[in-house]
Amino acid sequence: MASHGIRDKVAIIGMGCTNFGEHWNKSTDDLLIDSSSAALANAGITLDDVDAFWLGTMGSGLSGLTLSRPLKIQHKPVTHVENYCATGSEAFRNACYAVASGAYDVVMAIGVEKLKDSGYSGLVVSAPAGDGTQATVTAPASFSLLAPAYANKYGVDEAELKDVLTRIAWKNHRNGALNSRAQFKKEVSKETIAASPLIAGQLGIFDCSGVSDGSAAAIIVRVEDAHKYTDRPIYVKALSFVAGPAAGPIDPSYDYTTFDEVVHSATDAYKQAGITDPRAELAMAEVHDCFTPTELVLMEDLGFAERGTAWKEVLAGTYDLDGELPVNPDGGLKSFGHPIGASGLRMLFECWTQLRGEAGARQIPGVGQKDSVKTKALTHNLGGAPGACVSFVSVVGSKLD
Amino acid sequence: MTGIISYGAYIPYWRLQRSTLASALGSKGAKGVRAVASFDEDTTSMGVEASRIALRGVSEKYSPQSLWFATAEPGYLDKTNANAIHAALSLNTSVNAFDCLGSVRSGVAAVHAAAGGNSMAVLSDIRTGLPGGNDESMGGDGAASFCFGTENVIAELLSTGTSTSEFVDRWRTPGEKASKQWEERFGEYAYAPLVAVAFNEALEKANLTAADISHSIFSGLHTRAVKAAPQSCGINLDTLRDDFAATLGNSGTAHWGVMLANVLDTAQPNEVIAIVVLADGVNVILLRTTDAIVAHQKQQDSSLTVQAQIAAGRNDLSYAQFLTWRGFLHREPPRRPEPDRPAGPPSLRTAAWKYGLYGSRDESGFIYLPPSRVSLQSGSIDKMEMVRMADIRATIATYTVDHLAFSMSPPVVAAVIDFDGGGRFQCELTDVDPATVKIGDRVEMSFRRLYTQDGIHNYFWKAKPVRTGVK
Repeated sequence: MASHGIRDKVAIIGMGCTNFGEHWNKSTDDLLIDSSSAALANAGITLDDVDAFWLGTMGSGLSGLTLSRPLKIQHKPVTHVENYCATGSEAFRNACYAVASGAYDVVMAIGVEKLKDSGYSGLVVSAPAGDGTQATVTAPASFSLLAPAYANKYGVDEAELKDVLTRIAWKNHRNGALNSRAQFKKEVSKETIAASPLIAGQLGIFDCSGVSDGSAAAIIVRVEDAHKYTDRPIYVKALSFVAGPAAGPIDPSYDYTTFDEVVHSATDAYKQAGITDPRAELAMAEVHDCFTPTELVLMEDLGFAERGTAWKEVLAGTYDLDGELPVNPDGGLKSFGHPIGASGLRMLFECWTQLRGEAGARQIPGVGQKDSVKTKALTHNLGGAPGACVSFVSVVGSKLD
Repeated sequence: MTGIISYGAYIPYWRLQRSTLASALGSKGAKGVRAVASFDEDTTSMGVEASRIALRGVSEKYSPQSLWFATAEPGYLDKTNANAIHAALSLNTSVNAFDCLGSVRSGVAAVHAAAGGNSMAVLSDIRTGLPGGNDESMGGDGAASFCFGTENVIAELLSTGTSTSEFVDRWRTPGEKASKQWEERFGEYAYAPLVAVAFNEALEKANLTAADISHSIFSGLHTRAVKAAPQSCGINLDTLRDDFAATLGNSGTAHWGVMLANVLDTAQPNEVIAIVVLADGVNVILLRTTDAIVAHQKQQDSSLTVQAQIAAGRNDLSYAQFLTWRGFLHREPPRRPEPDRPAGPPSLRTAAWKYGLYGSRDESGFIYLPPSRVSLQSGSIDKMEMVRMADIRATIATYTVDHLAFSMSPPVVAAVIDFDGGGRFQCELTDVDPATVKIGDRVEMSFRRLYTQDGIHNYFWKAKPVRTGVK
């Protein structure tokens, strides 16, 4: 299988990201207008300068018209993409390829989701007509299967694992408290997190990401054009997207302690980016903490910890803002909620911000400076359920290799 | 010789203690418990469960001519309910499926029809009434299934007797949740002369006297008339068999079937069984057990006898839960969308899976649930054989308790189960206490009505704990 990647062929020259939250007073159109305007302003260009658009949304609209109508785009290609929770990242990936191919000079990747208009708790996805035999478990229930399986495999007792999961939520909320764009902008005590009412399995309400509305956008050009727009572009090092046979739920050998799809996409992405030791080389990572056990397992699948040791690393603070490898420095899905189409680009926005040294109170020490040693950041999304998901990994960096 | 060659009774897991009615409503508290079909059961699904037990006792070659389903509480009108049972049992398309619906007497019709043509009779009922009433308290839910044939008969059909009379004793218009009854003493008066007529007709046809009867079964919704009937037949009262009033309640259409199954569970060879059904007239059926019943009892799973199922029940169902399950108490739903209705075309395409729980097995032996056309390892296409999983037991690989999912009876307990001999499946657990589920627990499959949307019942399989008997 060939996966050549497009390392250092395209660059981000501007990004925009709305506040995430319960936007009762903003429509999908408003969120798209806000994030695209911010990205254009950030890049110092106008809508007319953009040649083509990739719009990621899972349920807030269909077709390119969802973007072209509110923005009044004058007869240009707008591609609507959907790929579960990696939808925003998928818009970005395809936009990058379009520039790398030479088809366009300036493109926009934009993601949006309006979840709070449904009136339901949690995420609601409408399925195609079926025979009624599909399992009806909710997302928290699917992901809650990870916790007992992990604890059982690695001999972590239930109370200890609860502490680990609680610390992940606590850490992400602590980061989110420093972020004005977050849905939840305050620290939550470990006691509150641990005592929150159960949603599914061991997972309390604070082990679950929130439900919010939001949008984020990026402007992408060829690397050789990037400095026309900014002195500090962010270069795309790797883009990997993987869908598997979704065999976990039917394969007795699957043990619910890993996401095979993540391992495959991370391996591919590291190869594209030339990364051999992600934990040492990455300045930060934005990972898909839809539920606390997801982040725990991801630390191992992404190569940030040896198998069976991530729980100890979590307790040791390895992934804290001032730890060895900060994970979800912006607060993650925990603090931002998960407007599906926007999340991947929101993660990228944090990489953009941190690698350019613009993160203010939550700026990672030693990152984003001219002389910084660590100049690469990772984003990761997954969508679906353990054993049957899609996974996306990107690596971006502030220096050309 | 024509007769019963196998049988099965199904008693749902839940019991409502009648004393809880007294404490909730301040009414007079009767003794004992009644059996309660779970929120995910109906007369069709219980009919499937009883029939699965019955079919365990016949050879694999047995194929009934027809399947006759009788109930007073059908899941559908217009659409034949027996077809879902037919599908769940994976019967051949050449096998007829018919309903006998609406009245308690329909059960007799199903048995008459089945006995005449090497067929199956499936009797099933869910009985309740308005809160506080006698029917609610004394009713019960259950099903029984009988396979008729001419080889390896365990109970020969000797004769039948009948008397029919039109009178208004008990009635219910379609759509009503509860039936009504005329003054009790009138029914007793109306039934009284009919019993002896039918009983004597059957005895004469079989060349027997009342003294030849070893086991007698009297059944009907009119309690006083049923109680008075044995004396008018002149039978020895010692032959009266358990009517399960204290342990199950009266399961209407199915009740005499459940009582008969209980008798067959322990009957000796060459015993005469008299069944007297009081329902808009009187029907009598005389059977005589054969030597083959000994071998049949021996091969039967001891956890599937009527007594074992009664013993395995759980008797702490709350009255509020009971009312909710039967549709008398509308509770606040979770803030989640209701499930989609099962669509017709996909349900037809996947009927072997949805109703028969067939998976597919590839060249390597890997089993796919639902059936898959493409092999996971080799990538070969359509190199599969279909394999029925419904009667294979499984072990819980992992599970979770979902407090968020839509359910009529939250929380949903979802499990990943591994079948003995291969095949992994994620499904709901039912008849289970969320607090006691463990990884490694043994489960077996149960046919259920998952939910109803737009008037379409979504039948499919769940797993339930293996409770008694064979390990």
